Amino acid sequence: MKRLAQHALFWPSATLVLLLLVNAVFNPSFLALTWRDGHLFGNLIDILNRAAPLMIVSLGMTLVIAIRGLDISVGAVVAIAATVAALLVGGGFSADGAAASEHPLWMALGAALLIAAACGLWNGLLVVKAGMQPIVATLILMVAGRGVAQLLTDGQIITVYYAPYYVLGSGFLLGLPVALWIAALLWVALQLFTTRTALGLFIRAIGGNPEAARVAGVRASGIALCVYTFCGFSAGVAGLIISSNVKSADANSAGQLLELDAILAVTLGGTALTGGRFSLAGTVLGALIIQTLTSTIYSLGVPPEVTLVVKAALVFAVMLLQSAEFRALVMRVVRPRAGTA
Amino acid sequence: MNDRAIVLEARGISRAFPGVQALAGVDLTLRAGEVHALMGQNGAGKSTLIKVLTGLCPPDAGEIKLFDRSNGGQVIALHSPQQAQRLGISAVHQESHLLPNLSVAENICAGRYPRRPWPRGGGIDWPETRRRARELLGKLGIDLDVTQLAGGMPAAVQQLAAVARAVAGDARVLILDEPTSSLDADEVQALFRLIRTLRDQGVAILFVTHFLDQVYEICQRITVLRNGRLVGEYACDQLDARGLVAAMVGREVAEAHKSHAHAPAAATAPAALAARNLSRRGVLKPMDVQVRRGEVLGIAGLLGSGRTELARLLFALDRRDSGGIDVDGRPVRLENPGDALRLGLGFCPEDRKQDGIVAELPVRENIVLALQARMGLAKFLTRAQQRALAEKLVAALGIKTASIETPIGQLSGGNQQKAIIARWLATDPRVLILDEPTRGVDVAAKQELMNEILKLAAGGTAVLFISAEIEEVVRVSDRIVVLRDRAKAGELPGEAGEDAVYSMIAGDA
Amino acid sequence: MKHPLLPLAITIALFVAMAAFGGARYQGFLSLQVFLNLLIDNAFLCVVAVGMTFVILSGGIDLSVGALIALTTMISAALLNAGWNAWAVMSTVLAVGAAFGALQGFLIQRFGLAPFIVTLAGMFLARGCCYLISTESIPISDASYTAIAQARFPVGFDASLTVGAVIAIIVVVAGMRVAHATEFGRTVYAIGGAESAARLMGLPVATTRVRVYLLSGFTAALAGIVMTFYMLSGYSLHAVGLELDAIAAVVIGGTLLAGGVGYVAGTLFGVLILGIIQTLIAFDGTLSSWWTRIVVGVLLLLFCLLQRLFEARSRKVA
Repeated sequence: MKRLAQHALFWPSATLVLLLLVNAVFNPSFLALTWRDGHLFGNLIDILNRAAPLMIVSLGMTLVIAIRGLDISVGAVVAIAATVAALLVGGGFSADGAAASEHPLWMALGAALLIAAACGLWNGLLVVKAGMQPIVATLILMVAGRGVAQLLTDGQIITVYYAPYYVLGSGFLLGLPVALWIAALLWVALQLFTTRTALGLFIRAIGGNPEAARVAGVRASGIALCVYTFCGFSAGVAGLIISSNVKSADANSAGQLLELDAILAVTLGGTALTGGRFSLAGTVLGALIIQTLTSTIYSLGVPPEVTLVVKAALVFAVMLLQSAEFRALVMRVVRPRAGTA
Repeated sequence: MNDRAIVLEARGISRAFPGVQALAGVDLTLRAGEVHALMGQNGAGKSTLIKVLTGLCPPDAGEIKLFDRSNGGQVIALHSPQQAQRLGISAVHQESHLLPNLSVAENICAGRYPRRPWPRGGGIDWPETRRRARELLGKLGIDLDVTQLAGGMPAAVQQLAAVARAVAGDARVLILDEPTSSLDADEVQALFRLIRTLRDQGVAILFVTHFLDQVYEICQRITVLRNGRLVGEYACDQLDARGLVAAMVGREVAEAHKSHAHAPAAATAPAALAARNLSRRGVLKPMDVQVRRGEVLGIAGLLGSGRTELARLLFALDRRDSGGIDVDGRPVRLENPGDALRLGLGFCPEDRKQDGIVAELPVRENIVLALQARMGLAKFLTRAQQRALAEKLVAALGIKTASIETPIGQLSGGNQQKAIIARWLATDPRVLILDEPTRGVDVAAKQELMNEILKLAAGGTAVLFISAEIEEVVRVSDRIVVLRDRAKAGELPGEAGEDAVYSMIAGDA
Repeated sequence: MKHPLLPLAITIALFVAMAAFGGARYQGFLSLQVFLNLLIDNAFLCVVAVGMTFVILSGGIDLSVGALIALTTMISAALLNAGWNAWAVMSTVLAVGAAFGALQGFLIQRFGLAPFIVTLAGMFLARGCCYLISTESIPISDASYTAIAQARFPVGFDASLTVGAVIAIIVVVAGMRVAHATEFGRTVYAIGGAESAARLMGLPVATTRVRVYLLSGFTAALAGIVMTFYMLSGYSLHAVGLELDAIAAVVIGGTLLAGGVGYVAGTLFGVLILGIIQTLIAFDGTLSSWWTRIVVGVLLLLFCLLQRLFEARSRKVA
């Protein structure tokens, strides 16, 4: 049991299981799964579907944090991607009354993803070439990016009527939500990339000791640029899923506070903010925990406003546990040294 | 010679950090009106001793007594720089003496600003601050515009201002840690005039430096530390420079080992690595260095002579300001470690904790890191390949580890060092630069490492071997480059012997 | 660093240039009231930005201030509606703000936690507490508050200031004095400049850091009071994103994000620049207000790049 408890994924998994059990206790039908309308149906499916965008953004954020960086602009990039896609699809109708898309769907989605990736690259360039602190560099896009999205839509919500657009956020494939498939695909791809190529090793080396990695010949700049670009790209994917889910693009509120949730998911999953070792699986668990938490609070009848306070408490708890000084303090209290030196 | 009154006496000071005993039973006696030198190599314990004396870190054992004119010695326990300063122990530390973004006057008076009386506001009295700063600097013979920002001042002025701050509070003990490392000859003389003034006023001064000539110019006594232990306290007129160097560097191993017979590299072969006119402003003066295939080139010199800086420039870790580098006779582009790696260079850094190991990664990954970096992102060594490579090298170098999956941070210093060397051996380098590879390594392991180095050279690799232990350098090198004060003092053949090296370092021309 | 006042000069020059541009382009731009409105409409931003200046000078950051402002309005509204006296309410919220800030400062200092994360969690906490009090907007009808909200101080030429603007001016002046003439202020600069050197010099780094965050919390609460006068309501969604505006104002005002360099006066001009951007856009009439965010982002980028150049050059000299 002790070896199990020392496994990196133990605490996140335990927390998730605990949350699910609490739900099940208060709401016996919580864990129920039925087959309806050609797909799986139930609270669990809801949670998975809603957690998918967060999972995706958090995966991108994981690698950024692993190289000792940070990206607080992901919420703004979500808004930009959603806006671009919705604008290119347009809210128009064709001659026969059916909703039509102004541009081919693949073009709308492709453009949105390309722009999102470009946003990520922009952040990366500021950090790597201009040498800015990651918080500052991504703060700029966070402030200006949402403004750009609002400008493009003139603050209006763009409703999309084109049915194929809804597949991303509300569609099902083989019984499971499309969004979940996308998240799973991204996770698997990232997992392969970090374990079948040297990327994982390099990221862990750079985050663990950037100077030692440099002496060993690892090219940190290129890797940093790739990581930030991917983070932007993943925010774009999430943006498409989110806007597809609500059938619209709202530049004002899309992705609001998403960066904070993503950082929290990464931290809950066991990746330290100081960089180095990272856990993609942990991040996925972290995202699930956050979503389950939100659902739990809702289903328990507790006012949803409590979510923020609970999240705050979680962040404090994880931070303190990761702090060496705090652990030392706890050790001194729990196991006082016999006599002083 | 009349012994002056003791001001501070430290007895039996010991202090350990995780993995290393920094100080073990060190004694130090500081007397009024005397300049006392503290000497020793890297890792000797000087900085730890100063941290103890200034309240930055408490000793594990030992006591410190402060002597007053009236009573005898009172044992004191120091727990913060603030308190130490209140007791009259002032220090000018090696790094970061001043606050670069505040004026010189502010730096001198920070924490003790003169205030306007309440009726007139109660805030900081700036004109008085400036006047006080000017007065203090004037007392010590310096005249400058105290409103200028400290950061823009030349290093010498910053040093002098830091000293002014240190004596502003009527210090009885003044500790100067490497105060001349960035000063030129004139500036050193200005500082020495200052020190003599203070000395004549009865202050006890502890002067830490690695410049031998300065020790003999300004100090009356010398305390030498080596590997955390006290070697001895000497009066300056009883110990000459050569003796001082011998005391600092010492002999670790009792019996002299025979030099291993190895075929010296053919003198006609082009240099595997040749640097012409290599320099970096403020760090290394222009010099030429070559090392041939199969040759072991030793770099000898004291701390601060530029050994590590030379290595870093050769490996392109730092940007050079002048000079070109040739590999195998052809000039090459060598701008960053990636280039160096691809050209077949390898570098074992001096500070393995900071520049060498990635502590949380397993031994296996630390070993394959450089090789993988050269191979790039796509060509990934499979787990099996990594394991095979790591196990082979672990066995070859005798690295003591529970398994190759153990995080490297858990290994002892010596084994970490071996793992870093293994990392570069894995790349089959053309030139391997080893900066203090035997530091913190036990005697037996040292011997093994030395054998490895010779084996490497025998196999055709060009080896640059840097060490503070001159005896080691002499034993294993085919040729020795001697550095002094960031410049090349000269070259010696490997058979030259330690005395010749000591002489060249001490500057007996 | 040759000219420490250079960043401040650039900021002031930028403001003057924008004012001149506005005056040349739009009729009625160069009226006193227009300029006073810059201060009136942004009084709460000005107050909180002064506190943020100190935090950034010390090398830290405080992301919780927007949420604290909202919490202040909520607590004020709730207490007033419960019958509390206006002055008691104001003292209470100031104490709450100060305590909140001090707690954050303590966690940062004692456990070595990153200010970004601690204040981020603080932001979650404060906004969460807002929601706990009420999700709806609570209107304030207290007589003292409405009187203060409507008070005007004429300054001649048909122009006047509000109480909020006056508070903002007082805070700026007080901030300038603290930064320039107190040990606390100078120690803040010292910590931002070279924390290890400050510690070696025996300066009280630990207590000063806690006090800096206490000050930030206090100014946030004070800004909350000013916002309460302005909005006459307590609402959880007040001041969303205001911390970013505060940071932008501080950076545009010439304070280095790395700490150690900057002036409170610069922050005042940073706030005025943010205000004048909005005013220019309003006067133009054709541009949507979203342009504000974009212009602020661009300005932030330019100033940050300038700061990087500044740092790079001074490092070369050193």
